[in-house]
Amino acid sequence: MDIAPHSSIDPAEVERFSAMAAEWWDPTGKFKPLHLFNPVRLGFIRDEAARRFGRDIAKRRPFEGLRLLDIGCGGGLLCEPMARLGFEVTGVDASERNIGVARLHAEAQGLAIDYRADTAEALLASGEAPFDVVLNMEVIEHVADPGRFIRDCVSLTAPAGFMIVATLNRTPKALALAVVGAEYILRWLPPGTHDWKKFLKPSEILEFLKDEQVSVSGPFGVSYDVLTGRWSPSSDIDVNYMMTIDKSAAAGEHV
Amino acid sequence: MAIAPAPQTLTADVLIVGAGMAGATLALALQSGGLTPILIDRAPLSDQWAETFDGRASAIAFSAFRQWRTLGLAPDLEPHAQRIEQIIVTDGRAPGAASSTRPSPFALRFDSAEIADRVEGEPLGYLLENRRIRVALAKAIKAAGIAVLAPAAIRSLDLADGGATIVLEDGKTLEAPLAIAADGRKSWMRRQAGIGVVGWPYSQTGVVATVQLERPHNGVAHEHFLPSGPFAILPLTENRASLVWAESDKAAKALMAASPQAFQAYLDRRFGDFVGAATALPGRFVYPLALDLAERMTAPRLALIGDAAHAVHPIAGQGLNLGLKDIAALAEVLVDAVRLGEDLGSPIVLERYAQWRRFDNVMLAAATDGFTRLFSTDNPLVRAARGAGMGVVNAIGPARRFFMQEAGGAVGDLPRLLRGEAL
Repeated sequence: MDIAPHSSIDPAEVERFSAMAAEWWDPTGKFKPLHLFNPVRLGFIRDEAARRFGRDIAKRRPFEGLRLLDIGCGGGLLCEPMARLGFEVTGVDASERNIGVARLHAEAQGLAIDYRADTAEALLASGEAPFDVVLNMEVIEHVADPGRFIRDCVSLTAPAGFMIVATLNRTPKALALAVVGAEYILRWLPPGTHDWKKFLKPSEILEFLKDEQVSVSGPFGVSYDVLTGRWSPSSDIDVNYMMTIDKSAAAGEHV
Repeated sequence: MAIAPAPQTLTADVLIVGAGMAGATLALALQSGGLTPILIDRAPLSDQWAETFDGRASAIAFSAFRQWRTLGLAPDLEPHAQRIEQIIVTDGRAPGAASSTRPSPFALRFDSAEIADRVEGEPLGYLLENRRIRVALAKAIKAAGIAVLAPAAIRSLDLADGGATIVLEDGKTLEAPLAIAADGRKSWMRRQAGIGVVGWPYSQTGVVATVQLERPHNGVAHEHFLPSGPFAILPLTENRASLVWAESDKAAKALMAASPQAFQAYLDRRFGDFVGAATALPGRFVYPLALDLAERMTAPRLALIGDAAHAVHPIAGQGLNLGLKDIAALAEVLVDAVRLGEDLGSPIVLERYAQWRRFDNVMLAAATDGFTRLFSTDNPLVRAARGAGMGVVNAIGPARRFFMQEAGGAVGDLPRLLRGEAL
């Protein structure tokens, strides 16, 4: 694979996920926590998009006519639901193997998704038309240059569009729960999946974007209920959190 | 065999096999939430409306009735729905115990006024003749424009990773992310999916007859567990009642063959003390008594609802309530999933349904366990009572309060449809 001069790819990171790629779609396998986590992310994306574009979520395929980009799409856990909701979806992942898994699965589901083994900066360099929605979910903590990466993603967002960033906060609680708890104690994720030092605080996301013409909302928290095994929206931003970044200043509000 | 020139393939969100009361209600609930179901049954829907098809009446909990009301069935059902104001459960030793002012030590009295979570004016539930329910459902299915393939014979069922495929004998292929087994106690779908059942036959037959009462019933339902055998008197509209009781298989056969005069004489002798003068109306029905619980509610690309998941003793008329609760939970899970763009038949989605219904299933299992113990005793009272099935377990001690809520369907985290809210 060609590595662009200012590539956001950390080769060691790509290697780690490729090894797990075949298991992306097994909801009882290694990615079980991501499958459990998925509904709360899907609900957040859907509601934020419906509000901005004035779509009715009780309709089938409410987002018909809108283009969505999922950066770091993995096996397609977000791309497929978004395609079912009517978005014209492009899924990009640096790992050829992830893209292979994602393509195969989408085909079996009868979903037309444009999957590409590529990076944000390469997509930008290719002159790709900007997207109405850009998803930047649990990926920024894995890239080599997060500031550059998030600004490239802003450039890929259409003038009236928005981006969602989801990541892990660099707090002692996140270290305890997401790294030690999820990886080493619960064995939810293979040890080594996350490097706590690369987690980002919401203030750092804002700092990356200080020279961009955007309006940022959030952070929005999510929390896990051990009794029901379900995630739900929460005011707790100490571990997982999401932020929305609007290109048009009118759509969101500054924090 | 002639090859059809262009075998037709139909796609849907959900393929529902079995267009009985459970399957039809689920189809309406899903359609109300924007999903596209296809109903498949081996018999035409009109078969279900015949006077001879189903002579039973069902107790419909107030929450279960809310679901039908939300789905627009109330105008067709209400004229035939008898309000249940009170349920009296008696485990007495002599005839007349229930009508006596002094209740026997085992008498339970459930009064609509005592139920929490009940909207002012709602009764404990309603009694409805199944035939009326079937007619109303068929009318609503037609009005909603739901695709019905009946009569249709299924040649094969394939539950694969990508989805469920059903091939009909006429060559049609049906595809959906999810199939539903709503095909009753002896579910073919359940067997195809390799889901086993636990349970046992009671070696008895349930007999059902409808009578015209002389005394007003005042909306009181009686369930008696007596040494002579368990029976229920379920009030119907126009001051009629549905009588349900257990007989030995041999006695039931004899009753079915008896002349109208002999049958009437039998009813007078057996129920006269309880109901006063009662004239048998045409139609007698028998049902084998057995308990059949599916080991699992789901399999890959398949969910079980109604009797296919849990067929219980009909004495209390509660079987349909369990199915209606399955439907409310499953419809909500599926409608919410489709609005998130999720794959309807994925294990993650199906697990939400199984998890939601596990509470009731655990209660059922616990009652079943209690029942096994009842079987291992020679105490004559217990021996007599065991034929009564699940009802007698509910009649024992501390289960009363639970039963109250359960009878009304107000246990646990209520699905939106059971709260009377649209999906």
